[in-house]
Formats: sequence, C-alpha cells, structure tokens
Amino acid sequence: MMDLAVLREVTLTLPMLPDMEIAASKTATAMAEYMSMSPDRIDEVRMAVVEACINAIEHSAAPDRKVHITFSILGDPVPEKLQIEISDFGVGFEPDQVEEPRIEEKLKANRKRGWGLKIIEGLMDEVEVETGSHGTTVRMTKTRQPEKAS
Amino acid sequence: MMTEALKVRLDLRDGLAVIYTEGYINNQGGEEIARVADEAMGHGHKVVLLNLVGTKIVNSIGISILIEIIEKMLEIEGKLAFCNLTPTIEKTFNIMGLTQYADIYADEETAVGGLGGE
Repeated sequence: MMDLAVLREVTLTLPMLPDMEIAASKTATAMAEYMSMSPDRIDEVRMAVVEACINAIEHSAAPDRKVHITFSILGDPVPEKLQIEISDFGVGFEPDQVEEPRIEEKLKANRKRGWGLKIIEGLMDEVEVETGSHGTTVRMTKTRQPEKAS
Repeated sequence: MMTEALKVRLDLRDGLAVIYTEGYINNQGGEEIARVADEAMGHGHKVVLLNLVGTKIVNSIGISILIEIIEKMLEIEGKLAFCNLTPTIEKTFNIMGLTQYADIYADEETAVGGLGGE
C-alpha cells in the first residue's frame, strides 16, 4: 500500500493518574467516529487504548509520570486508518523476556496479570512496539473497515 | 479523572447467584465483584452468573480479578458464567482464553436455561 497522508492529528499528554486511560479512550472514540468507523471497531480501539495506557502507567516508571499519545487519521484522500502512538519516557523493557500469558498457567499462578499486549494485538490490525532505556512507544493501527482477506 | 465506581448487585436464587454490574470493571470494580462473588459462595452457591448488561468497558486488571474468581469456583467444583457481553468484551475473553473455563451466554434467560439444565 502507498504511504498514506495524515489527514487529522490530535496529540494528548496525560498525567499518570487513576482512570486516566478513560480520557485517552474518549479521544480515540471521537477520532474513530469522525472517520465513520463501525461501533464495534471503535469499541475495540477504545479497549486497546485503555490497555496501552495502563501498561505505560503501571510499568514505565517514567520520571515525568506522563503518557504521550498521538492519534492520526491516515488516508488519501479519504480516511482509511486510525493510527495511535502511545509513548512514555520510562525505563523500557526486554520484549524477549515477556512471556505470552496463557490462561491455564494464569489460573494456577499468583500473578494473574500481564495480558495487556496480547489484548492489544488481538484487537488491533497492526501493532509495533519500540522500547529502550529511554522509553516505550506502542504504535497501533486499525483500518476504518475490515481488511478484505487476500 | 475519576470514573464512577462500579455498581454491583447480587441476586441469590435457587441454585444460582446472579451478579449484575454497571460501569467500568477496573481493579476496584473487579475487587467489588470478587467480594460479592465470595458472598454468594459463602451462602453455598456454586454457580455464579455475571450479567454485564451495564458494563461497556473492562480492563485487563479487572479481568485478572475475574480469573481469580474462576480459580475459586474451580476449587469448589463450581462454575462462573457470563452473559450480556459487548462484542468487544466477548472478543477479549476469547483472546485471553477465559471461554475455556467460563461459559458465555447471549442473555440471562439463555444462561439460566443453560446453567440450570446441567
């Protein structure tokens, strides 16, 4: 696919406070509604944004205690994709050391959490994670309409 | 930004406890559901139906607490089931594999029939 143009962009910086992920999810909803995404797909975007924000809030140890989010509507000339980048300036993590959660193991484990990335990957069309000692960015996209199977 | 606390209501019936939720299931919401589920189990109920008709959004921390409830129900050879899930919440439960251990029903009537018939 050719590179798409940025048709609309909104940036948001949120303090890491309880339930702040809901504020981010409301902006995601507004952007997705603007590009006429279906309600079910909007709901999936909303949940993915919630999970990405919670990951940043819970794990980043970012000294500024802020989550930085850029919502971009991409298309040429009509909106085709919603791209959301959720970044923190925290300590990052080692992707290779993150075990994929499995329900049969979590049922027996003391720690039942650690599902965020799996949920995001299941709900969005594309997910990329860039992480290092200066922070983490989760970049995820959802097309306006379901992509046709090739 | 504080969201309104999850509202939870427990309805104890013959052989079935139904928990109704309204609002966001985050960590506090999950804890409240767990408390009410414990109350139901304390009354001897081994089958608990969680009716999420008033819940449009959950997060993974809240769901992790639901996994704790499933674990407790399995320990007493009981069952936790769900009904009235939004398509996204149902998809999320499928992604996580919860549906291997908890039945999902479209609505309460179907759930009551399904759970009572076992």
